[in-house]
Amino acid sequence: MKLTKYLFAAALAGVALSFTSCDNAKKESKGALGGNLAERSFVAPGEHDEFYGFISGGFSGQLSVIGLPSGRIFKVIPVFSVDGEKAYGFNEETKPMLNTSYGFIPWDDSHHPDISQTNGVLDGRWVFINANNTPRIARISLETFETVEIIEIPNSAGNHSSSYVTDNTEYVIAGTRFGVPVPQRDMPINEYKGNFKGALSFLKVDPETGQMDLSFQIMMPGFNYDKAHPGRGKSHGWFFYTTYNTEEAHTLLEVNASQNDKDYIAAINWKKIEEFVANGGGTKMKTKYAHNIYSDETHMATSTMKTEVLTVDPKDVPGAIYFLPTPKSPHGCDVDPSGEYIVGSGKLSANLTVHSFTKMLDAIENEKFAGDAYGIPILNFEDILAGTVVQPGLGPLHTEFDGKGNAYTTFFISSEVVKWKLGTWEVIDRKPTYYSVGHLMIPGGNSQKPFGKYLVAMNKITKDRYLPTGPEVTQSAQLYDITGEKMELLLDFPTVGEPHYAAGIPADLVAPHSKKYFKLEDNKHPYATLSEKDAKVVRDGNTVHIYMTMIRSHFAPDNIEGIQEGDRVYFHVTNLEQDYDVPHGISMIGAQTSELLIMPGQTETFVWEAKNQGVWPFYCTDFCSALHQEMQGYVRVSPKGSDVPLKWSLDDE
Amino acid sequence: MKKSKIIMVLGAFLLLSLFVFPLWNITLEAPQYPEPIGMDIWINKIADHNPNDIQNINLMNHYVGMKEIPEHMPEFDIFPIVIGAMSLIGMIIGLIGKKSLYITWFVVMSILGTAGMYDFYAWEYEYGHNLNPKAAIKFTDENGNPLAYQPPLIGNKTILNFKAKSWPMTGAYLMFIGMGLSVVAFYVDKKEEANS
Repeated sequence: MKLTKYLFAAALAGVALSFTSCDNAKKESKGALGGNLAERSFVAPGEHDEFYGFISGGFSGQLSVIGLPSGRIFKVIPVFSVDGEKAYGFNEETKPMLNTSYGFIPWDDSHHPDISQTNGVLDGRWVFINANNTPRIARISLETFETVEIIEIPNSAGNHSSSYVTDNTEYVIAGTRFGVPVPQRDMPINEYKGNFKGALSFLKVDPETGQMDLSFQIMMPGFNYDKAHPGRGKSHGWFFYTTYNTEEAHTLLEVNASQNDKDYIAAINWKKIEEFVANGGGTKMKTKYAHNIYSDETHMATSTMKTEVLTVDPKDVPGAIYFLPTPKSPHGCDVDPSGEYIVGSGKLSANLTVHSFTKMLDAIENEKFAGDAYGIPILNFEDILAGTVVQPGLGPLHTEFDGKGNAYTTFFISSEVVKWKLGTWEVIDRKPTYYSVGHLMIPGGNSQKPFGKYLVAMNKITKDRYLPTGPEVTQSAQLYDITGEKMELLLDFPTVGEPHYAAGIPADLVAPHSKKYFKLEDNKHPYATLSEKDAKVVRDGNTVHIYMTMIRSHFAPDNIEGIQEGDRVYFHVTNLEQDYDVPHGISMIGAQTSELLIMPGQTETFVWEAKNQGVWPFYCTDFCSALHQEMQGYVRVSPKGSDVPLKWSLDDE
Repeated sequence: MKKSKIIMVLGAFLLLSLFVFPLWNITLEAPQYPEPIGMDIWINKIADHNPNDIQNINLMNHYVGMKEIPEHMPEFDIFPIVIGAMSLIGMIIGLIGKKSLYITWFVVMSILGTAGMYDFYAWEYEYGHNLNPKAAIKFTDENGNPLAYQPPLIGNKTILNFKAKSWPMTGAYLMFIGMGLSVVAFYVDKKEEANS
């Protein structure tokens, strides 16, 4: 009897043990659900995140603003694509932002956000981001979190090795992925080799206003310039670009551009070229590109077409440009915080190549060249090699740094992030991603001062990782804690569009400067209405301008008569509120455009074609107050030539 | 100069701080206003505590039919004259150095202060009770009477979703100290007389 009892107890204990071990196994495999991992990415209701993250929207053309570590999304900033929610590209004020030498373009593919820096440290003033398809660079203000400038890049195509800033934001750069004829002309495609060019553009950034100016373009050989990174610290004054297709193939690139054992990292001494240009060097070339600037005073954008660009032929500036042989179509080009190491991720190579800036200077000094390409000296691979990370994974793409001597590289094919040590080149840790990671981001991880607490990996594929949503499933990012020796996966979160690169910054460097509303007294919009008594309706032939105001909870005027069929009616609407977070919206039945979403103190304009007689309503589209639903009005449309007088009123006054 | 005289002159002089600092403040707090909105009451104006606060108070109050906070009131003309005059008189009294006049000044100031407070209360009453009959939102109390929105004379009070706080500000405190000094001057003078 006793024995059976013991046996029974032992059996129970066994069951209990097996349950525990099962639990442990679950904890291991469940990642963030185990231990206190969930807590570490949890930001309690009402609390703020520690970091801002700016994640590119890829083919959405936008830039999303998220919090880290929570992964919560705060805003999608429209940059290169129209956005009906914010009327970006729909209202009259922002249409010029999307103007190009090809005319108005409603979409692009946004790739690499980078935050402005001072002394190699994030200063939190602006974010720059590139449009890949129709080459452009945009600047986003971190006071308004709006796109305030877009400049088109001429002589360029597939604007991919962009938009990175130097240590003091002296320049933001843009590089062409495609070789193209410069200037564009009708010629056979198979005469690519030796004839096409690769333009690398340097845009000077005004240190006060942030305004960009296309200073010069270096007309490089027609390789494909893939990614770029400015020198940091000791290598400040240089810029590094990975290239592929040094074969200069024009068709079936997947094969024909993968033949050379080594492509190059182009090292460009931009200070030398800057000096060359300052002394009158370079050739002015006729071209056409748009420069669009948004003003927070007039609340509107202007687009200017520029007609000239300064080009620099590398042959004219000897000693400014060198090629560093790097194995197998390198993609990512990343410079460590000290500026000594230049990591080239040969995406078809088994190893990761790291060049030494010191050795590079030494080789240049001693003129140890292996030859030249189009007159540009090629250095010896062995002379400049700092080290090799041996077989770290498959398909290396991008590297960021934690400021503690470690580097983190993404591997697309083996779908993982690998942590390795600068100097010893040993692999310390590897963690899987779900799936097929592209870029990664550590806040400040491409600057002299990384904030090495979190790492965000951005995936190209999610497959079964989330609830399915038909054939198209979400894109995603993953958050890792990198404070310990081993990385820990804390969180998965979906992203808007395809996340290419991202930039992160401590929230306290940005949040205190975030604008709350625009001062009405500073509103310089030509159609602003600064008080209700100034509201009016003005006819000019078939065009009617309505000067309208909005404040809780009415429009002034809200009854408009005397509009006629065929009239083109401009609603110029000013939000008179002067309080935080009290925007109003407006839209009109049948308006062939988006709503307006107008911030306090701002004026925006939409156009409505009066097509049919009748009485047509408009209303506030943003729930603004207890009487939001009452915030509405009517426009009366009479037949053409009707004698109904033009009149407007609020409360019949 | 006698110590009492200096104290009296100083006390009367402190009244002038009302030209430099606000007298009173009414602040409204609500969860939707993480930065509360408030108005500072001066002897010659009602001003925003933070930019645009008055516009935002008016915007809220118009829903229940309250009038806009006046930009001008007769008091704004009278108060500066009264305060200026009382300060001048107080300083002259101090120079004359007669202690019975000190206490007289204090009593007059107290009467004027009380009158001022009553005036303030009367305005608040009017402001909180005299509502536009066309108001969008009409609340009633449990007896069916229209709800009043009168802010407290001094202290805190809950009005619908707001907590209204009404408290003196720097100017008022300095005035109180000034008045207090006139009483101190009275006793110091008494002591000085006894000692001489």
